[in-house]
Amino acid sequence: MKDRMPRLRAFLRDPRAQAVLLAAYTALSAAGLAFAGLSILWFLLLLVSLLLLYYSDLPRRVKWVWAGVVVAVLLPVCASNGSSYESFMEVATQMGIYVAMAVGLNVVVGFAGLLDLGFIAFFALGAYTYAIFFSDQANHVIAGHHFPLSGDLFWLCLPVGLFVAALFGVLLGLPVLRVKGDYLAIVTLGFGEIIRIIFNNLDKPVNITNGAIGISSVQAPRFFGISLSFPHQFYYLVLVLLAIVLYAVQRLEHSRVGRAWKAVREDEIAAQAMGVPLVRTKLVAFAVGASFSGLMGVVFAAKQAFIDPTSFTMLESITILVMVILGGMGSLPGVVVGACLVTLLNIQLMPELTNWLNTLTTAGVINFPSALSPAKMQRLIFGIILILFAVFRPQGMIPAKTRRYDDAVLSRLAAEWRETASGVRRDGGRPTAPGYTSGHAAGQEGAKEGASL
Amino acid sequence: MRVIAQTLQSLPQVLVDGVTLGAVYATVALGYTMVYGILELINFAHGEIFMSGAFIGTAILLVLNGAGWLAHLPKLLVLLLTMLVAMALTGLLGMGIERVAYRPLRNAPRLIPLISAIGVSFVLQDVVRFIAEWRTGNYIVTGVTLYGSEVNFGSVTVKSNALFVLGAAVVMMAGLDLFVRKTKWGTAMRAVAQDKDTAALMSINVNRVIALTFFMGSALGGATGVLFAQQYGTIDPYIGFILGLKAFTAAVLGGIGNIRGAMFGGFVIGILEMFASAELGPLTGGVLGAEYKDVFAFLILIAVLLFKPEGLFGQAVKEKV
Repeated sequence: MKDRMPRLRAFLRDPRAQAVLLAAYTALSAAGLAFAGLSILWFLLLLVSLLLLYYSDLPRRVKWVWAGVVVAVLLPVCASNGSSYESFMEVATQMGIYVAMAVGLNVVVGFAGLLDLGFIAFFALGAYTYAIFFSDQANHVIAGHHFPLSGDLFWLCLPVGLFVAALFGVLLGLPVLRVKGDYLAIVTLGFGEIIRIIFNNLDKPVNITNGAIGISSVQAPRFFGISLSFPHQFYYLVLVLLAIVLYAVQRLEHSRVGRAWKAVREDEIAAQAMGVPLVRTKLVAFAVGASFSGLMGVVFAAKQAFIDPTSFTMLESITILVMVILGGMGSLPGVVVGACLVTLLNIQLMPELTNWLNTLTTAGVINFPSALSPAKMQRLIFGIILILFAVFRPQGMIPAKTRRYDDAVLSRLAAEWRETASGVRRDGGRPTAPGYTSGHAAGQEGAKEGASL
Repeated sequence: MRVIAQTLQSLPQVLVDGVTLGAVYATVALGYTMVYGILELINFAHGEIFMSGAFIGTAILLVLNGAGWLAHLPKLLVLLLTMLVAMALTGLLGMGIERVAYRPLRNAPRLIPLISAIGVSFVLQDVVRFIAEWRTGNYIVTGVTLYGSEVNFGSVTVKSNALFVLGAAVVMMAGLDLFVRKTKWGTAMRAVAQDKDTAALMSINVNRVIALTFFMGSALGGATGVLFAQQYGTIDPYIGFILGLKAFTAAVLGGIGNIRGAMFGGFVIGILEMFASAELGPLTGGVLGAEYKDVFAFLILIAVLLFKPEGLFGQAVKEKV
């Protein structure tokens, strides 16, 4: 046993072996999804394969392509075998929307350490941006019968919604970011409520949002003449946007501004002393987080074809916060997992459990009070998750990894650099740029995703 | 001109209602400010403690009423006893919350206790919702009003209960002020607020002082909840949240950590809110209505944080590095 363990471990380290195992696992869970009942379970198992993929040692490009094939081809194809294909795609679409929002909030809360409790406001801004101009609502404000705009312009509205949300993020941030963390939480909470109250009452004096009744018959987006109305169509739309969002965040995390966010999170004063511009860094975090939310708001409005202020309550803001805390603040895979779990819990598990208990009650097996029905217990469950994770595991289910540099590689680089520098200095100049850049590039290579300290 | 005349005419009524509401905000704000002063933590769950107090009080009165005892007992005695029971229970609730959700996190990064505080507030909302809905089938509860009669002074109508709200608020605030300034425990409290470590060196039991702070703040909130339910009749499990936010605004306005400031802030917010809800419609010609009254509290909060973060009576604190 003793001598076999290292060999097993070495085998598991080998990317090719990993690829084979992963392919087997993925195929198994996909087959399960396609042919067995209990589809949600298999669905989850298939998603777990993506997590395993993330932890594997395959090259990054292979990972992206692999993940793309799984979610874009394998998942829809396998699900289409069942009778509830569209409802399946609906759940997956919702999941994608929430993942994107959780990733956005993760930028604000996880990376920059700013507790934002009114995050849903940006989602609402995006949603109303689309809904007002792509239904006849805007005719109440702008004379002439120009609205609803054609669904072809949906693609133009995506960046507009993104920009509107980012703009409001900056507008909110400007006055607020000078105050400390816990005040910020209260003010953002207030901001979320203000936005909701305004949307709820902006049917007079000019009818902009149609008040509490909401805006109905919103135009469906059109893609080269095809009107998008089925959940599976939106699924692909969300998938593409989600890929863009995830790619952007991953690039941002290790960029200059991403490192500045983390510095501000760890110690504001020290970061400022090291030359990080506090307000600008925080504002960028706010704007980036808000923009993802606004983007998904546009998609949400287009998908629902109807929106009203009840979709944008404080409970929704906290739901997204729960996703971030559950998964792990600052950890991208963690937040994605957290968002998937909470969404499933919210829109699949609890309603089904409630239905089941209701059936039992009508059948007279048990007497279950409707007050206790799981569908109503979101607050309790979220509250318990927040308390338990805050007290026992504040780093979340999948803690964030900090990128660490390999000491050996760094010292080798430093020696190389010193050599070049002294060589250059003998010529009477500063260390040349080529030596520096090559060192920098090698440093990137030597950067390793190590376990956090 | 006519609008101004109208406003002036209704002003006395607005002031009376505003002061009553302000008394509620002020006593709730005390809970925020005490906890913040000592732990530098915003106790998000304080609004829910207030709400629990309202439900406990209403439940006691409903039970007494159902048993038919209410008609035979002196009203004042019933009100006082209800308030005392509610104070004891909510005080213990506050202490329990501190023990479970805040004490383990005292050395954690600032964000973490805030998150557990939000969790506590959600749990309380849902537990109360569950109990209320289980017993009555509806989580919106209408209680028994002890002092429902109204007194007219010219154009101004005053609910006789409002006098209790005001009286109790004044007694509680004065009592707290005296307690903090004159007693040994009050001195210990101020010492812990200034510097926990040094206070511990001076043989002050810091944990016990913090527990006491939570007990007192929560008891004040709970008692106010009973009075609130008496004044406004119907309650639901979600009243605490927005009310708590406004009370927090009051505490910030007066200077957080400052007890007298919180009282002043409470009255200002209460009067402004009543003014907004009564006059906003007429003053803007019907463009903005009473539904925007909540927006004003938040705008005040943002304005205070922007221009005078230390509040009206607080001292600006330099951050120590």
